[in-house]
Amino acid sequence: MSHAEEHQGTRRDFIYYVTAGAGAVAAGAAVWPLINQMNPSADVLALSSIRVDISGVQNGTQLVVLWQGKPVFIRSRTQKEIDEARAVKLSDLVDRTAENDNLPPSAEATDENRALSKDGTWLVTMGVCTHLGCVPNFGEGEYGGWFCPCHGSVYDTAGRIRKGPAPKNLHIPKVAFVDDTTIKLG
Amino acid sequence: MAGIPHDHYEPKSNSEKWLHSRLPIVGLLYDTLMIPTPKNLNWMWIWGIVLAFALVLQIATGIVLAMHYTPQVSMAFNSVEHIMRDVNGGYMIRYMHMNGASLFFVAVYMHIFRGLYYGSYKAPREVTWIIGMLMYLVMMGTAFMGYVLPWGQMSFHGTAVITGLFGAIPFIGNSIQTWLLGAGAVGQPALNRFFSLHYLLPFILAGLTIVHIWAFHTTGNNNPTGVEVRRTSKQDAEKDTLPFWPYFVIKDLFALAVILAVFMAIVGFMPNYLGEPVNYVPANPLQTPTHIVPEWYFLPFYAILRSFTQDVWVVIFANWISFGIIDAKFFGVLAMFGAIVVMALAPWLDTSSVRSGRYRPMFKWWFALLVIDFIVLMWVGSQPPEGIFPYIGLIGATYWFAYFLVILPLLGVIEKPLTPPATIEEDFNAHYGSPSGTPAE
Repeated sequence: MSHAEEHQGTRRDFIYYVTAGAGAVAAGAAVWPLINQMNPSADVLALSSIRVDISGVQNGTQLVVLWQGKPVFIRSRTQKEIDEARAVKLSDLVDRTAENDNLPPSAEATDENRALSKDGTWLVTMGVCTHLGCVPNFGEGEYGGWFCPCHGSVYDTAGRIRKGPAPKNLHIPKVAFVDDTTIKLG
Repeated sequence: MAGIPHDHYEPKSNSEKWLHSRLPIVGLLYDTLMIPTPKNLNWMWIWGIVLAFALVLQIATGIVLAMHYTPQVSMAFNSVEHIMRDVNGGYMIRYMHMNGASLFFVAVYMHIFRGLYYGSYKAPREVTWIIGMLMYLVMMGTAFMGYVLPWGQMSFHGTAVITGLFGAIPFIGNSIQTWLLGAGAVGQPALNRFFSLHYLLPFILAGLTIVHIWAFHTTGNNNPTGVEVRRTSKQDAEKDTLPFWPYFVIKDLFALAVILAVFMAIVGFMPNYLGEPVNYVPANPLQTPTHIVPEWYFLPFYAILRSFTQDVWVVIFANWISFGIIDAKFFGVLAMFGAIVVMALAPWLDTSSVRSGRYRPMFKWWFALLVIDFIVLMWVGSQPPEGIFPYIGLIGATYWFAYFLVILPLLGVIEKPLTPPATIEEDFNAHYGSPSGTPAE
């Protein structure tokens, strides 16, 4: 192959690559807005926090509120539920982290780290099964807590996963007492 | 375009010639309709027409329904009730559309299992098979998104579960799920885009149908013997085949009429039999129905999804080997999609030199077991995930994978197949006797 041909070929190859590269970038730039439009819009993203009046929640019942499109369980636990949850050894748990947004991610899944109040009465968790997002029902399943009707995940009275396909404990969102009868989500 | 020698369209009149030299569309239609078709096709070869009919039915009724439906969370459920109660004949159109999905899936499962038994997926029809599997995926996507639109309880929570499947992907799952839903949870953005896509996908399906037909018109149809049509000459080919029009069109239309009689009986007398009553309860994000099940046609794969819980050893092993990246949830999702992937790979997993199951004595039994397995999985999927059902589901799921990944490759080696007839004509004559006036060969 002569030197001139080689030179010519390289130059042409270069132009091909640049053209193809520019085409690919242009195509990507054109497609990206079409993909990105499916991400949450500004009004959906606008973070909201809500305040919930919990004065009407009887002991042994739960209030379910909708927050950012998802249900949140606000449960006033009986002493029996608290005792059951606190008797569980950490080594028996599937997910040993607290999954609590109010604590560091490494916090252990003790009942104390899950409950909102010191005495353990109030437990606030997302009402979203960590398997595929169904809403678990309270009072079913063999651990006295929640049972997900979709695929049979069983949670205990601290909302910790004990059995079934779900990988994690029920998530605990950012939550705090505003006063004795009001909590703030988010 | 077909490889089988046959007569092509010859324009006769001047106007035909005028058009043909400018756009050979009549020739294309003629060659498509007159394609030489193996004359020994049995009744399992009618499901293609049923599928084509179902697609047209769904598009026609769907376009009408879209004229009255409102994809808005507070109005969707009511607009469906408006169709059912107020729109002239709306209840019938909706019931046809609703049950049309079931007709579609009955036909597609018959069509797929036909292909699995008679080895239609094998060379040289792999591309037809792969396109068919793509069509099946598009069908499932369309059916799922259509089920969301009435915005009943099952619609809503079904969406949460199915989009949750994507959320199970490690690292990027949550972003994908949020992208699909357009929000952190199922709501208005999801409903609106699913309506848009539910309208779009059937047309993609129609396009894929053309490619599917194109592919098997190039290779020629398979047939119950799995023996290829002779292509040595037009005379030989004509001994093995008959033109699609009128012979197979009439046969297919007769079968379609019988099937539609059953279909219309269901639409007319028991339109909600196949549906879930709880979907007539408006969507409530705060309460999941006590027993959530998908429509019947998703049940086998739903059962596979649920089978792999964290106490199953393969799940524990996968979790350990991937350093915890693959959990039970992701494993279940992989298994569900994997169940379809292994089916799509059948052309390369089946090592047998004989195409049709008719001449494979061992294969027959394993295949029968696969059909039973499919029905058992369907039943398990419809039951609550308690007691013995997860175990049956696990056995069923295991067999599904074993069939494709172990049994199909091994049978080709250990099985001694019977000898198929040399030609389709021979098989045809053995059934119907040789035509009078032609001496037996």
